[in-house]
Amino acid sequence: MEEGKVYSQSVAESAAAYAIIKEKFGDAISAFDANETMPFFEVLDVARWQEIALFLRDNGKLKFNYMACLSGVDYPAEEKLGIVCNLESLGELGHRLAVKLKCARNGGSIPTVSCVWHTANWHEREAYDMFGMLFTGHPDMRRILCPEDWEGFPLRKDYKVQETYHGIKVPY
Amino acid sequence: MQELDTAGLGSVRVTRKSDNVVVLEKDLATEQMVLAMGPQHPSTHGVLKLECLTDGEVVTEAVPYLGYLHRCFEKYCENVDYPAIVPYTDRMDYLSGMNSEMAFSVAVEKLLDIEIPRRVEFIRVIVAELNRIASHLVAIGTYGIDLGAFTPFLFCFRDREHILSLLEWASGARMLYNYIWIGGLANDVPADFNKRVREFVAYFRPQAKELYRLLTENEIFVKRTKGIGIMPADVAINYGWSGPMLRGSGVKWDLRRNDPYSVYPELEFNVAVPDGKFSDIGDCLSRHIVRALEIDESLKIIEQCIDKMPGAEGFDPKSAIPKRIRPKEGEVYGRAENPRGELGFYIQSDGKSTKPLRCKARSSCFVNLSAMKDLSKGQLIPDLVAIIGSIDIVLGEVDR
Repeated sequence: MEEGKVYSQSVAESAAAYAIIKEKFGDAISAFDANETMPFFEVLDVARWQEIALFLRDNGKLKFNYMACLSGVDYPAEEKLGIVCNLESLGELGHRLAVKLKCARNGGSIPTVSCVWHTANWHEREAYDMFGMLFTGHPDMRRILCPEDWEGFPLRKDYKVQETYHGIKVPY
Repeated sequence: MQELDTAGLGSVRVTRKSDNVVVLEKDLATEQMVLAMGPQHPSTHGVLKLECLTDGEVVTEAVPYLGYLHRCFEKYCENVDYPAIVPYTDRMDYLSGMNSEMAFSVAVEKLLDIEIPRRVEFIRVIVAELNRIASHLVAIGTYGIDLGAFTPFLFCFRDREHILSLLEWASGARMLYNYIWIGGLANDVPADFNKRVREFVAYFRPQAKELYRLLTENEIFVKRTKGIGIMPADVAINYGWSGPMLRGSGVKWDLRRNDPYSVYPELEFNVAVPDGKFSDIGDCLSRHIVRALEIDESLKIIEQCIDKMPGAEGFDPKSAIPKRIRPKEGEVYGRAENPRGELGFYIQSDGKSTKPLRCKARSSCFVNLSAMKDLSKGQLIPDLVAIIGSIDIVLGEVDR
């Protein structure tokens, strides 16, 4: 494989990629946030996330073949949970774009993209483990870092650690 | 012809082919056995548990179980100031603390609008590359042990000790340095540091060659690793692989080159990829070769840095560090090339607090390990050990 293109720091390339997505999906995605450090857009119609993800990966002008990171986020003010996906076109077009999704804080769910990018499998399990949103269609939706019978979701802002775990005092 | 007595033979199928030929078929499908490998298994390099479903010697599925070393890095980050997170990043990947510190500093500095003095950047690159060599030496040495070669391990640890002494001299600690700070360094390097590093490079070059001859070209070692655990390039990218793992699959991708940070754009080095003459592209041996070749590249980088580094006159390593580190409002995903791949930090700052709202560490080994299920399918148990060794996991970073 050829040496990949030097990763672009320019927001303009991300904006060009966004324009292609906006043309196809219209109102399903939000306006483009062209900040310097992490340009992103939000998927408003969460149910279409898988379809959008496939388009991002397979469209010839986008080719986002690499998911660098998927982070869970808590938005207590909006009563929402969310994820942030950092995508880029590794070795192909060299542009980057971040995608955000939000769901309800209690019992919210987001469609999985582990079938689009395999790496999302463990990242989504981690997000579920720490925040508690479910990923519908995920092949293996279990906790990954905490024990399976742990109570609560540690990275939520209002998390209170449980008193005891199997008779062991937890806070010390 | 006598009648056959099949009672007591269990599941034996009897077919009479002709008058004097009787075929007895015993159902030989073996029972599936669950074999728990780890969490206290020497070749899992820490507390990793693999639950293997085995059919005889063949692994049909290996499911990793993590979390034995989970220390809530991300929750901790939300409760302390930015500078207090730096020592914690050492404890994630404890074999390459300098690289982790650098990745975190690079990420925060993107939100800070400060200019880092050039001498700081060169010192950072030198210590990071020294640490990369030390980390690769552990990876190569322990990989040899996994496959039954004990001697290279002793060679590796002897030379690693020289690097650790150099880093101890600069920072005061052997492994957990807290040396690279956001915006600067804890202190300048000692006066003769560059001279001693140059001496080390001169000493280590022939040793690295010897190590290559001793292990990488070793017939037994090659037989154990060649053609084992092959990962095609496109699947590797889809799995989010990075670092030597991705380069082992033949993808020329190195964040030092493709997403340049610090002074790497000024330095000349090759992105090491296997040429496919000696190994099959994407197998365990390729990944090992990439690490072995990268040691040479790191030595080249160190030499160039010493040549180009500005002098110490009037130099204050803390001059660019803000009094209170309070990044502007926004989000950033900053990353750097660690010995194990891409270490990224997703940081969310509200612009008012000196603590991050959210700090997610994208661990390279965590992502590399996630391909274990596919990689292990249909392999023999001894080959499973070769595959885990080639991923080069540090459980401190997998579990955070």
